[in-house]
Amino acid sequence: MATEINVNGAATSSDWQDRYYHVDQILDRPGPRTDPSFLAGDEVKDFLRNKCKILVIGAGGLGCEILANLALTGFKDIHLIDMDTIDISNLNRQFLFRPADVGRPKAIVAAEYVMKRVPGVQVTPYYGKIQDKGDDYYLQFNLVICGLDSVEARRWINATLVNLVDPENPESLKPLIDGGTEGFKGQARVILPTVSSCYECSLDMLNKPTTFPICTIANTPRLPEHCIEWASVLEWPRARGDEKLDTDDPEHIGWLYSIAVARAKEFKIEGVTWSLTQGVVKNVIPAIASTNAIIAASCCNEAFKIATSSAAYLNNYFMLIGTEGVYSYTFEHEKRDHCPVCGGEALEMPISRDWTVEQLIELLTEKQNIQIKKPSLATPGKPIYFQQPPQLEEATRPNLEKKVLELVPDGGEVVVTASTLPFSLSLIITYI
Amino acid sequence: MIKIWSMKKNEDAATKKRPKTSAAQIRVQKDLTELDLPPTMKTNFPDPTDLLNFTLTITPDEGMYNGGAFTFSFTINTNYPHEPPKVKCMQTIYHPNVDLEGNVCLNILREDWKPVLNLNSVMVGLQYLFLEPNADDPLNKEAAEELRKNREQFLYNVKTSMRGGNIKGVTYHKVLV
Ligand SMILES: [Zn+2]
Repeated sequence: MATEINVNGAATSSDWQDRYYHVDQILDRPGPRTDPSFLAGDEVKDFLRNKCKILVIGAGGLGCEILANLALTGFKDIHLIDMDTIDISNLNRQFLFRPADVGRPKAIVAAEYVMKRVPGVQVTPYYGKIQDKGDDYYLQFNLVICGLDSVEARRWINATLVNLVDPENPESLKPLIDGGTEGFKGQARVILPTVSSCYECSLDMLNKPTTFPICTIANTPRLPEHCIEWASVLEWPRARGDEKLDTDDPEHIGWLYSIAVARAKEFKIEGVTWSLTQGVVKNVIPAIASTNAIIAASCCNEAFKIATSSAAYLNNYFMLIGTEGVYSYTFEHEKRDHCPVCGGEALEMPISRDWTVEQLIELLTEKQNIQIKKPSLATPGKPIYFQQPPQLEEATRPNLEKKVLELVPDGGEVVVTASTLPFSLSLIITYI
Repeated sequence: MIKIWSMKKNEDAATKKRPKTSAAQIRVQKDLTELDLPPTMKTNFPDPTDLLNFTLTITPDEGMYNGGAFTFSFTINTNYPHEPPKVKCMQTIYHPNVDLEGNVCLNILREDWKPVLNLNSVMVGLQYLFLEPNADDPLNKEAAEELRKNREQFLYNVKTSMRGGNIKGVTYHKVLV
């Protein structure tokens, strides 16, 4: 019985005949565009189906699509992180969830669903924050795919993967595939940490969240959004003092909603609803299932190509603009030389154990290949010596006479900023 | 898997391990250590090792607010400079662009913020509000109305408020130095 399907059984027993017939057309023989390192046949199939470990970050609109695509193209060892629980408003597009799942963690429900539906796939969920995990966790993966709606989370994972790159260990370089959507617009990109342009390199290109002038909110509201911002920006601190607004707390959203409704009534503005209130305060970007599907599919195709070397992968930024007809283009986003995350390089600085901070600063200002005017120094935790502002200069001045060794451990980092540096310089201090 | 490492080898030795300092933190360090403030502005760090929370005191040496000292709190989050710093006036002051809760109407603090702007631009922008209060972007509507209709009365109200006086039932903080 070749068609016996062993739900959640071992990979081998669940692979029925011709399960991967179509995918194998690509993996069984090289083509004109395949990478020279492509090993057609069993070896690449074994890597994809038995060895490749992939991490999916986000189990929302994009994440559900990504998970389904990966499982159906033959990835078998998938890990999934998401910190949210399922809200009823997710059900319109996050198709791995049903009404009975409302309130349960997205990562766990999505993992269960995909494992049930796609035999032999192991999805390991983690219900929590990406920041809970350390380098050891991220080092175990071959690839990372992100389907997030938060700039902050993306900046974090990008910096983490860039920092993970260890010159002594080729395995430490983890390709990052990032997808994002906004209404009919979306982008997919491939980031090879330290090799190609990173997320931080392109931060200036981002649309920033829509905000309204505070005086418009205060005096001349015209839109329902103005009333909601009035409630959250002005009335919340006025009425609730230092209490922190928790955008996931229904009581907080309810309070804002009732205030915004009253405001809207006063100014004869229509359209303040509970979901708009939640959308404005959480800065929810309109999500369209089909745009998510296009972007998730692009991301997963890139993951497949990178994992198998079976075809040329995206270099490096794909943009989809569906707001005026359909326009898409692909370009190579250039690495920013002075990117604070991947730009420049850390300079190894071997110094004597009894050098003072002042001597280190002198070296930085005098050394031919550096020549920094008025450098300010800090460890990742706190200032060592700051040239400005006056209070911090005074507070850090006593450090000038201290030994560097008292402030920076062997192999420790010092971030140097100065107006003559376009961004910053990192020193790795070693003692001789 | 594609062989990325070989591509990396082709790049000139840019293979050093990068530091752990967050991009936001480096950016704040850069902004602060390159501040170029006139003597009329002074920062204060309650905890000199915490660069993300501090105050700025502005003591205008000309204009209608000459002689006062106005203090603003700055709170910077880890998404800086994607998001602007949060700035509030810590005193109750009589100013058309600052409300009684300390909210400030300054375009670059909200709708016109861009990551290329920095803390220096924000501070200079705040000082400008004291030199040129703007009746067109009112947060304190009565003050804006007064400035527009009767500049003499507005000036008188500013002086009264700065002494800690009462205007139309509101008692203002004494900010004279
Ligand atoms: Zn970068």
